[in-house]
Amino acid sequence: MLTYLIRRLFAVAVMLVVIVLAVFCIFFLIPKWTGTDPALMFVGKQADKEAIEGVREKLGLADPVLLQLLEFFKGIFVGRDYTGGGDTIHCSAPCFGYSFRNEQEIWPVLTDRLPVTLTLALGAAVVWLIIGLAIGVLSALKRGSLWDRAAMTVALGGVSLPVYFTGLISLALFAYQLGWVNNAFTPFEENAAQWFSGMVLPWITLAFLFGAMYARLSRATMLEVMGEDYIRTARAKGLKEPVVIGKHAMRSTMTPVLTLLGIDLGALMGGAILTETTFSVPGLGQAVLKAINERDLPLILGVTLITATAVVLANLIVDLLYGVIDPRVRLA
Amino acid sequence: MSDAADSAAGAQSVEAAAGEPVETTKASAPPSSFLEVRDLHVHFPTQDGWVKSVDGLSFRLEKGKTLGIVGESGSGKSVTSLGIMGLHTVGQYGRQRPHLSGEIWLDGRELLGAEPDEVRKLRGREMSMIFQDPLSALHPYFTIGNQIVEAYRVHHSVTKKQARRRAVELLDRVGIPQPDKRVDSYPHEFSGGMRQRAMIAMSLVNNPELLIADEPTTALDVTVQAQILDLIRDLQKEFGSAVVIITHDLGVVAELSDDILVMYGGRCVEYGTAEKVFYEPQHPYTWGLLGSMPRIDRERTERLVPVKGSPPSLINVPSGCAFNPRCPYADVPKGGVTRTERPELRDLGGGHYSACHMSQEDRTRIWDEEIAPKL
Repeated sequence: MLTYLIRRLFAVAVMLVVIVLAVFCIFFLIPKWTGTDPALMFVGKQADKEAIEGVREKLGLADPVLLQLLEFFKGIFVGRDYTGGGDTIHCSAPCFGYSFRNEQEIWPVLTDRLPVTLTLALGAAVVWLIIGLAIGVLSALKRGSLWDRAAMTVALGGVSLPVYFTGLISLALFAYQLGWVNNAFTPFEENAAQWFSGMVLPWITLAFLFGAMYARLSRATMLEVMGEDYIRTARAKGLKEPVVIGKHAMRSTMTPVLTLLGIDLGALMGGAILTETTFSVPGLGQAVLKAINERDLPLILGVTLITATAVVLANLIVDLLYGVIDPRVRLA
Repeated sequence: MSDAADSAAGAQSVEAAAGEPVETTKASAPPSSFLEVRDLHVHFPTQDGWVKSVDGLSFRLEKGKTLGIVGESGSGKSVTSLGIMGLHTVGQYGRQRPHLSGEIWLDGRELLGAEPDEVRKLRGREMSMIFQDPLSALHPYFTIGNQIVEAYRVHHSVTKKQARRRAVELLDRVGIPQPDKRVDSYPHEFSGGMRQRAMIAMSLVNNPELLIADEPTTALDVTVQAQILDLIRDLQKEFGSAVVIITHDLGVVAELSDDILVMYGGRCVEYGTAEKVFYEPQHPYTWGLLGSMPRIDRERTERLVPVKGSPPSLINVPSGCAFNPRCPYADVPKGGVTRTERPELRDLGGGHYSACHMSQEDRTRIWDEEIAPKL
């Protein structure tokens, strides 16, 4: 188990370096090759000539590529100074870039927004796991029944309906018409109850989309598992049916569910753009949308890095959980 | 609507398939035998109709004795064993639920009409089962010890520690080296033979009185097969249980069985003591099975004689003798019996039964003159 862990951690470290390299290439090299001026992209469209020159100097765009890369890495670990155009901007470690347009460091923006996105994603994940698994398992056990068909129809709806549809409908109904929950986001530190009330709809809306997928996945897996020989063995031992299902079948059903969960949670760390926008939740998704609109390249770069890192870390956790769930993985 | 129609059709086909009025009812007297199966039917609903996997099967078995059930794939051997264990209907709802009828008596208790929970309590304790492929029959995520402990603790209120001691003891008994270490291994860490030993240990943990072994050696190496068969025989002597061994391998049956039941198309075609069935078989299908068995003392240039054709559809079972389309002696005159008449099991004396339209004289002559010399 320990060697497995060490090997996985090493793989993660390598992966993260590769990700930084890839992101660096996309944001610094490709514009150069395609003839787009990175400096122009970094300051935004309406900047004047001197500002562009200043940024170009500050970013060291005239330096060799390798040096730029080194500067970038150095910024992450010890911070860096952007000097040029007569002034110096200090960006303390970990420096994931500096938004010249909004005149702020990227890292504080990320750390500000990430918790909001994290609570949105995790809260929704709890809801969709409970509901999705319950519906999927019940449907599998009562395959072909009215319940199964109804649940799968709803699930099909959940998969097909976009968040900005279900979100707006639920907002109109539960927040505005019935007034059961808040229609706006309140920071947790301000008022926990208000925060919860404001998060209920985003959670449920996001969970509806994902829960539908999990219901379908767990139903399919459960159907397959229930046909396994070891389920027959469990019954032949004289185990009660709830134990056969809850212990023997669920254990196997969890494996693919966990895989999907790792990918989904990782991807959501980059921001549930549609959900956050629909419900005005100030998470990373909203930030990145704003950044795209404003062509605030450093922020996009920062969010991209965060997302990629989150996906890698989430998959690491899933892989470790695999080792706990499936003893055969530990050898692999 | 279609559900009701289906089950009505199913019920009808059960009656029709029985051929004669079912003489035994649920109220019939418990038999003196330890295990007695009377007129068992197991029918599965499918899109194309009811599959009559077992269609009127009866046999009995005493404690300490071994019954071998032989037949090719799809003849209903495993379905019979799962039927005895009551495993067909667990977790099956609505239209997938198979239809079982007849009677299964175990130690004076009727199982088919009993409450599902009563049968569940018997499973693993009074009757237990060894499955064909131990790799897939053991849960890959739990240790061997964990799975044996679980089997023990379902039926005994003991601490985990006590159950674990019991598991180690049984692993030792079935010949697993270093059982106190291997008890914590996972199934994938065992070899095929070891897994089957562990499976046997698990099935014996509650000292069951009936042990059903469903093709226990099919998935194993030949060298390991003999060890496992020896183990089953020794354990039977030790525990005094009744054993039903299900196989398509006549060699396995010859090794272990007191009685042999030959199944074809969901029905019994020959039933008798091992000696009778091996040395005086009275059914062309049994001849076919014997003829297709390789023997070391036979010339290698001689080809094995397969039973030509393929097993009958169990949805549209041929009327009359199910073996008729494949029977090499279908043309032997049968004294006025029509082709659509189904042969019933007839007592040939000495507890030997056969379901064949041919006269006993014809069969004895064919066996003595045509079949036996070639074996």
